Amino acid sequence: MLTALFFYLFAGLAVISAIMVIGAKNPVHAVLFLILAFFNVAGLFLLLGAEFLALVLLIVYVGAVAVLFLFVVMMLDVDFAELKSGFLSYLPVGLIVGGILLAEIIMAAGAWVLNPALSKLEKNTAINANITNTEAFGRVLYTDHLYYFEAAGLLLLVAMIGAIILTLRSREGVKRQDIAKQVGRRPADSIEVVKVETGQGI
Amino acid sequence: MIEPLTGTMTEFMTTYGWPFFWIALHSIALMVGLLLIIAYILYADRKIWAAVQLRKGPNVVGAFGLLQSFADMLKFVLKEPVIPSKSDKFVFLLAPIVTTILALAAWAVIPLDEGWVIADINVGILYILAMSSLGVYGIIMGGWASNSKYPFLGALRSAAQMVSYEVSIGFVIVTVLLVVGSLNLTDIVNAQKGDYGLLNWHWLPLFPMFIVFFISALAETNRPPFDLPEAESELVAGFMVEYSSTPYMLFMLGEYVSITMMCALTTILFLGGWLPPVDIAPFNWVPGIFWFIIKTLGVFFMFAMVKAMVPRYRYDQLMRLGWKVFLPLSLFMVVVVSSVLHFTKLGGA
Repeated sequence: MLTALFFYLFAGLAVISAIMVIGAKNPVHAVLFLILAFFNVAGLFLLLGAEFLALVLLIVYVGAVAVLFLFVVMMLDVDFAELKSGFLSYLPVGLIVGGILLAEIIMAAGAWVLNPALSKLEKNTAINANITNTEAFGRVLYTDHLYYFEAAGLLLLVAMIGAIILTLRSREGVKRQDIAKQVGRRPADSIEVVKVETGQGI
Repeated sequence: MIEPLTGTMTEFMTTYGWPFFWIALHSIALMVGLLLIIAYILYADRKIWAAVQLRKGPNVVGAFGLLQSFADMLKFVLKEPVIPSKSDKFVFLLAPIVTTILALAAWAVIPLDEGWVIADINVGILYILAMSSLGVYGIIMGGWASNSKYPFLGALRSAAQMVSYEVSIGFVIVTVLLVVGSLNLTDIVNAQKGDYGLLNWHWLPLFPMFIVFFISALAETNRPPFDLPEAESELVAGFMVEYSSTPYMLFMLGEYVSITMMCALTTILFLGGWLPPVDIAPFNWVPGIFWFIIKTLGVFFMFAMVKAMVPRYRYDQLMRLGWKVFLPLSLFMVVVVSSVLHFTKLGGA
Protein backbone atom coordinates (compact mmCIF):
# COMPACT_ATOMS: atom_id res chain seq x y z
CA MET A 1 0.00 0.00 0.00
CA LEU A 2 2.74 2.40 1.02
CA THR A 3 4.73 1.47 -2.09
CA ALA A 4 1.77 2.34 -4.31
CA LEU A 5 1.32 5.62 -2.46
CA PHE A 6 4.96 6.56 -2.97
CA PHE A 7 4.83 5.42 -6.59
CA TYR A 8 1.97 7.81 -7.33
CA LEU A 9 3.71 10.57 -5.39
CA PHE A 10 7.00 10.21 -7.27
CA ALA A 11 5.39 9.53 -10.65
CA GLY A 12 2.95 12.44 -10.30
CA LEU A 13 5.66 14.86 -9.22
CA ALA A 14 7.94 13.65 -12.02
CA VAL A 15 5.25 14.24 -14.65
CA ILE A 16 4.28 17.64 -13.24
CA SER A 17 7.88 18.82 -13.03
CA ALA A 18 8.57 17.49 -16.55
CA ILE A 19 5.66 19.58 -17.83
CA MET A 20 6.95 22.56 -15.90
CA VAL A 21 10.38 22.16 -17.53
CA ILE A 22 8.87 23.19 -20.85
CA GLY A 23 6.21 25.41 -19.29
CA ALA A 24 8.36 27.55 -16.98
CA LYS A 25 8.86 31.14 -18.15
CA ASN A 26 12.31 31.46 -16.66
CA PRO A 27 15.00 29.10 -18.05
CA VAL A 28 16.67 28.75 -14.63
CA HIS A 29 13.35 27.63 -13.16
CA ALA A 30 13.07 25.15 -16.03
CA VAL A 31 16.45 23.61 -15.08
CA LEU A 32 15.41 23.50 -11.42
CA PHE A 33 12.24 21.63 -12.41
CA LEU A 34 14.38 19.28 -14.50
CA ILE A 35 16.38 18.54 -11.34
CA LEU A 36 13.15 17.88 -9.44
CA ALA A 37 12.10 15.47 -12.21
CA PHE A 38 15.47 13.63 -11.94
CA PHE A 39 14.98 13.44 -8.20
CA ASN A 40 11.56 11.84 -8.52
CA VAL A 41 12.77 9.38 -11.12
CA ALA A 42 15.50 8.38 -8.66
CA GLY A 43 12.71 7.79 -6.16
CA LEU A 44 10.97 5.51 -8.68
CA PHE A 45 14.21 3.54 -9.12
CA LEU A 46 14.38 3.13 -5.34
CA LEU A 47 10.86 1.71 -5.31
CA LEU A 48 11.93 -0.81 -7.97
CA GLY A 49 14.76 -1.93 -5.67
CA ALA A 50 17.44 -0.45 -7.92
CA GLU A 51 19.14 1.62 -5.23
CA PHE A 52 22.50 1.71 -6.99
CA LEU A 53 20.96 3.10 -10.17
CA ALA A 54 18.94 5.65 -8.17
CA LEU A 55 21.97 7.02 -6.36
CA VAL A 56 24.17 7.00 -9.45
CA LEU A 57 21.44 8.96 -11.23
CA LEU A 58 21.55 11.50 -8.40
CA ILE A 59 25.35 11.71 -8.32
CA VAL A 60 25.98 11.84 -12.06
CA TYR A 61 22.96 13.62 -13.49
CA VAL A 62 21.83 15.83 -10.64
CA GLY A 63 25.22 16.34 -9.00
CA ALA A 64 27.28 17.00 -12.11
CA VAL A 65 25.42 17.22 -15.44
CA ALA A 66 22.55 19.40 -14.20
CA VAL A 67 25.05 21.70 -12.44
CA LEU A 68 26.67 22.34 -15.83
CA PHE A 69 23.21 22.91 -17.36
CA LEU A 70 22.41 25.43 -14.67
CA PHE A 71 25.82 27.05 -15.20
CA VAL A 72 25.23 27.56 -18.90
CA VAL A 73 21.64 28.75 -18.48
CA MET A 74 22.63 31.23 -15.79
CA MET A 75 25.54 32.59 -17.81
CA LEU A 76 23.56 33.05 -21.02
CA ASP A 77 21.41 36.14 -20.95
CA VAL A 78 18.34 34.50 -22.44
CA ASP A 79 15.57 36.78 -23.66
CA PHE A 80 12.42 35.11 -22.37
CA ALA A 81 10.00 36.91 -24.70
CA GLU A 82 12.02 36.05 -27.79
CA LEU A 83 12.33 32.46 -26.66
CA LYS A 84 8.57 32.15 -26.29
CA SER A 85 7.74 33.83 -29.62
CA GLY A 86 8.77 30.82 -31.71
CA PHE A 87 6.70 28.44 -29.61
CA LEU A 88 3.80 28.02 -32.04
CA SER A 89 6.00 27.49 -35.09
CA TYR A 90 7.99 24.77 -33.32
CA LEU A 91 4.86 23.13 -31.90
CA PRO A 92 4.10 20.82 -34.90
CA VAL A 93 7.71 19.51 -35.02
CA GLY A 94 7.66 18.95 -31.27
CA LEU A 95 4.34 17.15 -31.43
CA ILE A 96 5.57 14.87 -34.24
CA VAL A 97 8.77 13.94 -32.34
CA GLY A 98 6.85 13.42 -29.10
CA GLY A 99 4.17 11.37 -30.88
CA ILE A 100 6.74 9.09 -32.51
CA LEU A 101 8.50 8.53 -29.19
CA LEU A 102 5.20 7.74 -27.46
CA ALA A 103 4.22 5.31 -30.25
CA GLU A 104 7.59 3.55 -29.98
CA ILE A 105 7.25 3.16 -26.22
CA ILE A 106 3.73 1.77 -26.60
CA MET A 107 4.94 -0.62 -29.32
CA ALA A 108 7.86 -1.84 -27.22
CA ALA A 109 5.78 -2.30 -24.08
CA GLY A 110 2.79 -3.68 -25.96
CA ALA A 111 4.85 -6.26 -27.83
CA TRP A 112 5.59 -8.08 -24.59
CA VAL A 113 1.90 -8.28 -23.79
CA LEU A 114 0.85 -9.39 -27.29
CA ASN A 115 3.71 -11.81 -27.88
CA PRO A 116 4.96 -13.35 -24.60
CA ALA A 117 7.77 -15.11 -26.45
CA LEU A 118 9.53 -11.75 -26.75
CA SER A 119 9.76 -11.42 -23.00
CA LYS A 120 12.23 -14.32 -22.98
CA LEU A 121 14.79 -11.75 -24.00
CA GLU A 122 14.18 -10.18 -20.63
CA LYS A 123 14.56 -13.45 -18.75
CA ASN A 124 17.97 -14.18 -20.26
CA THR A 125 19.44 -11.21 -18.49
CA ALA A 126 17.66 -11.78 -15.17
CA ILE A 127 19.97 -11.25 -12.24
CA ASN A 128 20.54 -13.38 -9.18
CA ALA A 129 18.30 -12.13 -6.37
CA ASN A 130 20.83 -13.10 -3.68
CA ILE A 131 23.55 -10.64 -4.66
CA THR A 132 23.37 -6.91 -4.08
CA ASN A 133 22.47 -4.42 -6.71
CA THR A 134 25.99 -3.09 -6.99
CA GLU A 135 27.49 -6.52 -7.44
CA ALA A 136 24.90 -7.44 -10.07
CA PHE A 137 25.80 -4.30 -12.02
CA GLY A 138 29.48 -5.07 -11.71
CA ARG A 139 28.98 -8.60 -13.03
CA VAL A 140 26.97 -7.43 -16.02
CA LEU A 141 29.33 -4.58 -16.90
CA TYR A 142 32.74 -6.03 -16.10
CA THR A 143 32.25 -9.77 -16.60
CA ASP A 144 29.45 -10.43 -19.10
CA HIS A 145 29.84 -7.43 -21.36
CA LEU A 146 33.40 -6.32 -20.69
CA TYR A 147 34.35 -5.61 -24.30
CA TYR A 148 31.26 -3.47 -24.99
CA PHE A 149 31.94 -1.58 -21.80
CA GLU A 150 35.56 -0.97 -22.74
CA ALA A 151 34.49 0.10 -26.24
CA ALA A 152 32.08 2.62 -24.73
CA GLY A 153 34.87 3.86 -22.47
CA LEU A 154 37.18 4.30 -25.46
CA LEU A 155 34.46 6.22 -27.30
CA LEU A 156 34.04 8.57 -24.33
CA LEU A 157 37.81 9.04 -24.11
CA VAL A 158 37.97 10.03 -27.77
CA ALA A 159 35.06 12.44 -27.25
CA MET A 160 36.82 13.93 -24.23
CA ILE A 161 40.10 14.42 -26.06
CA GLY A 162 38.19 15.92 -28.98
CA ALA A 163 36.45 18.41 -26.69
CA ILE A 164 39.75 19.38 -25.07
CA ILE A 165 41.45 19.89 -28.44
CA LEU A 166 38.52 21.98 -29.72
CA THR A 167 38.60 24.32 -26.73
CA LEU A 168 42.32 24.41 -25.99
CA ARG A 169 43.97 27.52 -27.37
CA SER A 170 46.99 29.32 -26.08
CA ARG A 171 46.26 33.01 -25.84
CA GLU A 172 48.97 35.59 -26.31
CA GLY A 173 49.85 37.99 -23.55
CA VAL A 174 48.58 35.93 -20.63
CA LYS A 175 50.91 35.85 -17.65
CA ARG A 176 51.06 32.36 -16.24
CA GLN A 177 52.68 31.26 -13.04
CA ASP A 178 55.62 28.94 -13.58
CA ILE A 179 56.46 27.63 -10.14
CA ALA A 180 59.71 25.93 -11.22
CA LYS A 181 60.88 29.21 -12.75
CA GLN A 182 59.99 31.12 -9.58
CA VAL A 183 61.78 28.68 -7.34
CA GLY A 184 64.76 28.49 -9.66
CA ARG A 185 65.44 32.23 -9.54
CA ARG A 186 68.65 33.27 -7.82
CA PRO A 187 69.50 36.74 -6.46
CA ALA A 188 72.24 37.09 -9.07
CA ASP A 189 69.69 36.72 -11.91
CA SER A 190 67.37 39.46 -10.80
CA ILE A 191 69.16 41.86 -8.47
CA GLU A 192 71.82 44.27 -9.60
CA VAL A 193 73.70 46.35 -7.06
CA VAL A 194 74.69 49.73 -8.40
CA LYS A 195 76.42 52.66 -6.82
CA VAL A 196 74.24 55.74 -7.15
CA GLU A 197 76.01 59.07 -7.41
CA THR A 198 74.35 61.93 -5.53
CA GLY A 199 72.18 64.08 -7.79
CA GLN A 200 72.68 61.87 -10.84
CA GLY A 201 70.52 58.80 -10.49
CA ILE A 202 71.07 55.75 -12.61
CA MET B 1 -17.76 -4.96 11.79
CA ILE B 2 -15.41 -3.47 14.33
CA GLU B 3 -13.22 -6.56 14.69
CA PRO B 4 -11.58 -6.58 11.22
CA LEU B 5 -11.18 -2.80 11.28
CA THR B 6 -9.18 -2.88 14.52
CA GLY B 7 -7.32 -5.88 13.10
CA THR B 8 -6.14 -3.91 10.08
CA MET B 9 -5.44 -0.94 12.31
CA THR B 10 -3.12 -2.99 14.53
CA GLU B 11 -1.55 -4.47 11.44
CA PHE B 12 -1.07 -1.01 9.98
CA MET B 13 0.50 0.18 13.23
CA THR B 14 2.91 -2.75 13.45
CA THR B 15 3.90 -2.58 9.77
CA TYR B 16 4.14 1.16 9.31
CA GLY B 17 3.16 3.02 12.48
CA TRP B 18 5.74 1.86 15.01
CA PRO B 19 8.70 1.74 12.60
CA PHE B 20 7.81 5.25 11.48
CA PHE B 21 7.55 6.37 15.10
CA TRP B 22 10.93 4.84 15.95
CA ILE B 23 12.63 6.34 12.91
CA ALA B 24 11.17 9.75 13.76
CA LEU B 25 12.30 9.43 17.39
CA HIS B 26 15.83 8.38 16.37
CA SER B 27 16.05 11.18 13.83
CA ILE B 28 14.98 13.78 16.38
CA ALA B 29 17.45 12.44 18.95
CA LEU B 30 20.25 12.52 16.37
CA MET B 31 19.33 16.03 15.24
CA VAL B 32 19.19 17.44 18.77
CA GLY B 33 22.55 15.87 19.60
CA LEU B 34 24.03 17.06 16.33
CA LEU B 35 22.81 20.64 16.76
CA LEU B 36 24.14 20.78 20.32
CA ILE B 37 27.53 19.51 19.14
CA ILE B 38 27.47 22.03 16.30
CA ALA B 39 26.77 24.90 18.71
CA TYR B 40 29.96 23.97 20.57
CA ILE B 41 31.89 23.20 17.41
CA LEU B 42 31.20 26.75 16.22
CA TYR B 43 32.42 28.02 19.60
CA ALA B 44 35.49 25.75 19.47
CA ASP B 45 36.26 26.92 15.94
CA ARG B 46 36.35 30.54 17.07
CA LYS B 47 38.26 29.77 20.27
CA ILE B 48 40.95 27.75 18.47
CA TRP B 49 41.27 30.41 15.82
CA ALA B 50 41.61 33.05 18.53
CA ALA B 51 44.15 31.02 20.53
CA VAL B 52 46.39 30.60 17.48
CA GLN B 53 46.32 34.36 16.94
CA LEU B 54 46.88 35.08 20.68
CA ARG B 55 43.40 36.55 21.06
CA LYS B 56 40.76 35.62 23.62
CA GLY B 57 37.85 34.78 21.31
CA PRO B 58 34.23 34.81 22.50
CA ASN B 59 34.29 35.19 26.29
CA VAL B 60 31.34 37.37 27.25
CA VAL B 61 28.14 35.30 26.99
CA GLY B 62 28.12 32.70 29.78
CA ALA B 63 31.21 31.36 31.55
CA PHE B 64 34.17 31.51 29.08
CA GLY B 65 31.64 32.50 26.41
CA LEU B 66 30.14 29.00 26.41
CA LEU B 67 26.68 30.29 25.49
CA GLN B 68 27.93 32.42 22.58
CA SER B 69 26.43 30.17 19.86
CA PHE B 70 23.01 30.24 21.51
CA ALA B 71 23.12 34.03 21.79
CA ASP B 72 24.06 34.20 18.11
CA MET B 73 21.19 31.91 17.20
CA LEU B 74 18.71 34.02 19.14
CA LYS B 75 20.02 37.14 17.43
CA PHE B 76 19.68 35.61 13.95
CA VAL B 77 16.14 34.46 14.60
CA LEU B 78 14.92 37.73 16.08
CA LYS B 79 16.37 39.99 13.37
CA GLU B 80 14.36 41.07 10.37
CA PRO B 81 14.99 39.05 7.21
CA VAL B 82 15.77 41.39 4.33
CA ILE B 83 14.81 40.06 0.91
CA PRO B 84 16.14 42.10 -2.03
CA SER B 85 13.26 43.48 -4.10
CA LYS B 86 14.79 42.41 -7.43
CA SER B 87 15.46 38.88 -6.21
CA ASP B 88 13.64 35.70 -7.19
CA LYS B 89 11.94 35.40 -3.81
CA PHE B 90 10.91 31.76 -3.92
CA VAL B 91 14.32 30.46 -5.01
CA PHE B 92 16.00 32.95 -2.67
CA LEU B 93 14.29 31.40 0.36
CA LEU B 94 14.47 27.86 -1.01
CA ALA B 95 18.27 27.92 -1.25
CA PRO B 96 19.16 27.98 2.50
CA ILE B 97 16.44 25.42 3.25
CA VAL B 98 17.82 23.06 0.60
CA THR B 99 21.36 23.49 1.96
CA THR B 100 20.35 22.67 5.54
CA ILE B 101 18.02 19.78 4.73
CA LEU B 102 20.52 18.08 2.43
CA ALA B 103 23.29 18.46 5.00
CA LEU B 104 21.10 16.97 7.73
CA ALA B 105 19.79 14.20 5.44
CA ALA B 106 23.29 12.85 4.89
CA TRP B 107 23.53 12.03 8.61
CA ALA B 108 20.81 9.37 8.25
CA VAL B 109 23.33 6.71 7.17
CA ILE B 110 26.23 7.58 9.51
CA PRO B 111 26.75 4.73 12.02
CA LEU B 112 27.66 6.18 15.44
CA ASP B 113 28.26 2.75 16.94
CA GLU B 114 27.67 -0.88 15.97
CA GLY B 115 23.99 -0.80 14.91
CA TRP B 116 23.47 2.86 15.95
CA VAL B 117 22.33 4.07 12.56
CA ILE B 118 18.97 5.32 11.35
CA ALA B 119 19.14 3.82 7.86
CA ASP B 120 21.59 0.93 7.46
CA ILE B 121 21.38 0.86 3.66
CA ASN B 122 23.79 -1.15 1.57
CA VAL B 123 24.78 1.80 -0.65
CA GLY B 124 25.37 4.17 2.28
CA ILE B 125 28.53 5.73 0.91
CA LEU B 126 26.86 6.49 -2.44
CA TYR B 127 23.99 8.12 -0.55
CA ILE B 128 26.43 10.41 1.26
CA LEU B 129 28.19 11.22 -2.02
CA ALA B 130 24.80 12.03 -3.60
CA MET B 131 23.73 14.29 -0.74
CA SER B 132 27.02 16.16 -0.67
CA SER B 133 26.99 16.62 -4.44
CA LEU B 134 23.46 18.03 -4.22
CA GLY B 135 24.66 20.55 -1.63
CA VAL B 136 26.02 22.70 -4.43
CA TYR B 137 22.46 23.56 -5.51
CA GLY B 138 21.79 25.54 -2.34
CA ILE B 139 24.78 27.71 -3.15
CA ILE B 140 24.05 28.15 -6.87
CA MET B 141 20.38 28.92 -6.21
CA GLY B 142 21.25 31.40 -3.47
CA GLY B 143 23.81 33.12 -5.66
CA TRP B 144 21.57 33.34 -8.67
CA ALA B 145 18.35 34.32 -6.87
CA SER B 146 20.07 37.22 -5.08
CA ASN B 147 20.31 38.98 -8.46
CA SER B 148 23.53 40.70 -7.53
CA LYS B 149 27.15 40.58 -8.73
CA TYR B 150 29.12 39.23 -5.77
CA PRO B 151 26.73 36.43 -4.83
CA PHE B 152 26.65 35.31 -8.46
CA LEU B 153 30.45 35.24 -8.75
CA GLY B 154 30.67 33.41 -5.43
CA ALA B 155 28.11 30.85 -6.55
CA LEU B 156 29.93 30.19 -9.84
CA ARG B 157 33.25 29.71 -8.05
CA SER B 158 31.67 27.43 -5.52
CA ALA B 159 29.94 25.26 -8.11
CA ALA B 160 33.18 24.77 -10.07
CA GLN B 161 35.10 24.05 -6.87
CA MET B 162 32.68 21.51 -5.46
CA VAL B 163 32.29 19.64 -8.75
CA SER B 164 36.09 19.48 -9.13
CA TYR B 165 36.83 18.10 -5.70
CA GLU B 166 33.98 15.62 -5.77
CA VAL B 167 35.91 13.72 -8.46
CA SER B 168 38.95 13.13 -6.26
CA ILE B 169 36.77 12.40 -3.21
CA GLY B 170 34.98 9.79 -5.32
CA PHE B 171 38.24 8.08 -6.31
CA VAL B 172 39.54 8.12 -2.73
CA ILE B 173 36.32 6.45 -1.62
CA VAL B 174 36.75 3.89 -4.42
CA THR B 175 40.13 2.86 -3.00
CA VAL B 176 38.54 2.34 0.43
CA LEU B 177 35.66 0.39 -1.11
CA LEU B 178 38.09 -1.84 -3.02
CA VAL B 179 39.79 -2.78 0.24
CA VAL B 180 36.51 -3.32 2.10
CA GLY B 181 34.40 -4.89 -0.66
CA SER B 182 31.16 -3.27 0.50
CA LEU B 183 29.38 0.08 0.21
CA ASN B 184 27.82 -0.19 3.64
CA LEU B 185 29.34 2.18 6.21
CA THR B 186 29.04 -0.33 9.08
CA ASP B 187 30.93 -2.90 6.97
CA ILE B 188 33.60 -0.31 6.22
CA VAL B 189 34.20 0.25 9.95
CA ASN B 190 34.11 -3.46 10.78
CA ALA B 191 36.65 -4.16 8.03
CA GLN B 192 39.14 -2.05 10.00
CA LYS B 193 38.87 -4.25 13.09
CA GLY B 194 42.03 -6.23 13.73
CA ASP B 195 44.75 -7.31 16.14
CA TYR B 196 46.86 -4.19 15.73
CA GLY B 197 44.24 -1.64 16.88
CA LEU B 198 44.83 1.75 15.36
CA LEU B 199 47.52 0.42 13.01
CA ASN B 200 44.80 -1.63 11.35
CA TRP B 201 42.71 1.38 10.40
CA HIS B 202 42.75 2.48 6.79
CA TRP B 203 44.78 5.65 7.36
CA LEU B 204 48.01 3.64 7.43
CA PRO B 205 47.61 1.23 4.47
CA LEU B 206 45.96 3.96 2.38
CA PHE B 207 48.09 6.79 3.74
CA PRO B 208 48.36 9.18 0.77
CA MET B 209 44.61 8.82 0.21
CA PHE B 210 43.91 9.86 3.79
CA ILE B 211 45.69 13.17 3.18
CA VAL B 212 44.03 13.64 -0.23
CA PHE B 213 40.64 12.98 1.35
CA PHE B 214 41.26 15.42 4.18
CA ILE B 215 42.29 18.23 1.81
CA SER B 216 39.43 17.46 -0.59
CA ALA B 217 37.01 17.52 2.34
CA LEU B 218 38.26 21.01 3.20
CA ALA B 219 37.63 22.11 -0.39
CA GLU B 220 34.28 20.34 -0.61
CA THR B 221 32.93 22.10 2.49
CA ASN B 222 34.35 25.49 1.44
CA ARG B 223 36.58 25.67 4.50
CA PRO B 224 39.72 27.80 4.56
CA PRO B 225 42.17 27.69 2.80
CA PHE B 226 39.64 26.89 0.05
CA ASP B 227 36.89 29.32 1.12
CA LEU B 228 36.95 31.12 -2.22
CA PRO B 229 33.15 31.20 -2.61
CA GLU B 230 33.04 33.57 0.35
CA ALA B 231 36.45 35.17 0.10
CA GLU B 232 35.92 38.35 2.15
CA SER B 233 38.78 40.27 0.59
CA GLU B 234 37.44 39.98 -2.95
CA LEU B 235 33.79 38.92 -2.88
CA VAL B 236 32.56 40.42 0.46
CA ALA B 237 30.73 37.24 1.62
CA GLY B 238 30.21 35.42 -1.67
CA PHE B 239 26.84 33.85 -2.20
CA MET B 240 25.65 34.92 1.27
CA VAL B 241 25.97 38.68 0.71
CA GLU B 242 22.25 39.33 0.38
CA TYR B 243 21.19 36.96 3.15
CA SER B 244 20.25 38.06 6.64
CA SER B 245 18.65 36.71 9.79
CA THR B 246 17.20 33.17 9.71
CA PRO B 247 18.02 32.33 6.05
CA TYR B 248 21.63 33.30 6.73
CA MET B 249 21.63 31.17 9.87
CA LEU B 250 20.33 28.22 7.84
CA PHE B 251 23.25 28.62 5.41
CA MET B 252 25.73 28.71 8.29
CA LEU B 253 24.05 25.74 9.93
CA GLY B 254 24.07 23.72 6.71
CA GLU B 255 27.74 24.51 6.22
CA TYR B 256 28.68 23.37 9.73
CA VAL B 257 26.48 20.27 9.53
CA SER B 258 28.28 19.22 6.35
CA ILE B 259 31.65 20.01 7.96
CA THR B 260 30.86 17.67 10.88
CA MET B 261 29.54 15.15 8.35
CA MET B 262 32.87 15.23 6.49
CA CYS B 263 34.72 14.82 9.82
CA ALA B 264 32.50 11.83 10.66
CA LEU B 265 33.07 10.38 7.19
CA THR B 266 36.86 10.73 7.58
CA THR B 267 36.51 8.92 10.91
CA ILE B 268 34.51 6.11 9.34
CA LEU B 269 36.61 5.67 6.21
CA PHE B 270 40.10 6.05 7.67
CA LEU B 271 40.07 6.21 11.46
CA GLY B 272 38.10 3.11 12.36
CA GLY B 273 34.74 4.68 13.32
CA TRP B 274 33.70 3.53 16.79
CA LEU B 275 36.59 1.06 17.23
CA PRO B 276 38.91 1.67 20.22
CA PRO B 277 42.53 2.54 19.30
CA VAL B 278 43.87 -0.44 21.29
CA ASP B 279 41.61 -3.43 21.82
CA ILE B 280 42.59 -4.11 25.46
CA ALA B 281 40.79 -3.78 28.79
CA PRO B 282 40.39 -0.11 29.74
CA PHE B 283 39.89 1.02 26.14
CA ASN B 284 37.25 -1.43 24.95
CA TRP B 285 35.10 -0.76 28.06
CA VAL B 286 34.39 2.71 26.70
CA PRO B 287 31.20 2.70 24.58
CA GLY B 288 31.91 3.00 20.85
CA ILE B 289 30.03 6.25 20.44
CA PHE B 290 32.58 8.05 22.65
CA TRP B 291 35.42 6.93 20.43
CA PHE B 292 33.41 8.01 17.40
CA ILE B 293 32.75 11.47 18.82
CA ILE B 294 36.33 11.90 20.05
CA LYS B 295 37.73 10.97 16.62
CA THR B 296 35.26 13.23 14.81
CA LEU B 297 36.16 16.14 17.08
CA GLY B 298 39.84 15.36 16.53
CA VAL B 299 39.38 15.66 12.78
CA PHE B 300 37.46 18.89 13.34
CA PHE B 301 40.37 20.21 15.43
CA MET B 302 42.57 19.65 12.36
CA PHE B 303 40.01 21.55 10.25
CA ALA B 304 40.11 24.45 12.72
CA MET B 305 43.92 24.50 12.87
CA VAL B 306 44.15 24.55 9.08
CA LYS B 307 41.78 27.52 9.07
CA ALA B 308 43.94 29.33 11.60
CA MET B 309 47.29 28.66 9.99
CA VAL B 310 47.03 28.45 6.21
CA PRO B 311 46.56 31.45 3.89
CA ARG B 312 43.80 31.30 1.28
CA TYR B 313 44.54 29.66 -2.07
CA ARG B 314 44.32 31.55 -5.32
CA TYR B 315 41.55 30.29 -7.60
CA ASP B 316 43.79 28.91 -10.37
CA GLN B 317 45.95 27.17 -7.75
CA LEU B 318 42.82 25.55 -6.34
CA MET B 319 41.77 24.23 -9.74
CA ARG B 320 45.32 23.07 -10.48
CA LEU B 321 45.46 21.16 -7.19
CA GLY B 322 42.13 19.48 -7.85
CA TRP B 323 42.53 18.49 -11.47
CA LYS B 324 46.28 18.21 -12.03
CA VAL B 325 47.47 16.84 -8.68
CA PHE B 326 44.69 15.03 -6.83
CA LEU B 327 42.87 13.51 -9.80
CA PRO B 328 45.93 11.77 -11.33
CA LEU B 329 47.19 10.77 -7.88
CA SER B 330 43.89 9.24 -6.79
CA LEU B 331 43.40 7.50 -10.16
CA PHE B 332 46.91 6.06 -9.88
CA MET B 333 46.15 4.88 -6.35
CA VAL B 334 42.96 3.16 -7.53
CA VAL B 335 45.09 1.21 -10.02
CA VAL B 336 47.75 0.43 -7.39
CA VAL B 337 45.26 -0.66 -4.73
CA SER B 338 43.26 -2.85 -7.10
CA SER B 339 46.46 -4.42 -8.51
CA VAL B 340 47.75 -5.17 -5.01
CA LEU B 341 44.40 -6.68 -4.03
CA HIS B 342 44.24 -8.70 -7.23
CA PHE B 343 47.72 -10.18 -7.07
CA THR B 344 48.04 -10.72 -3.32
CA LYS B 345 44.44 -11.76 -2.60
CA LEU B 346 44.56 -9.52 0.49
CA GLY B 347 41.06 -8.02 0.43
CA GLY B 348 37.84 -9.94 0.82
CA ALA B 349 37.10 -10.27 -2.88
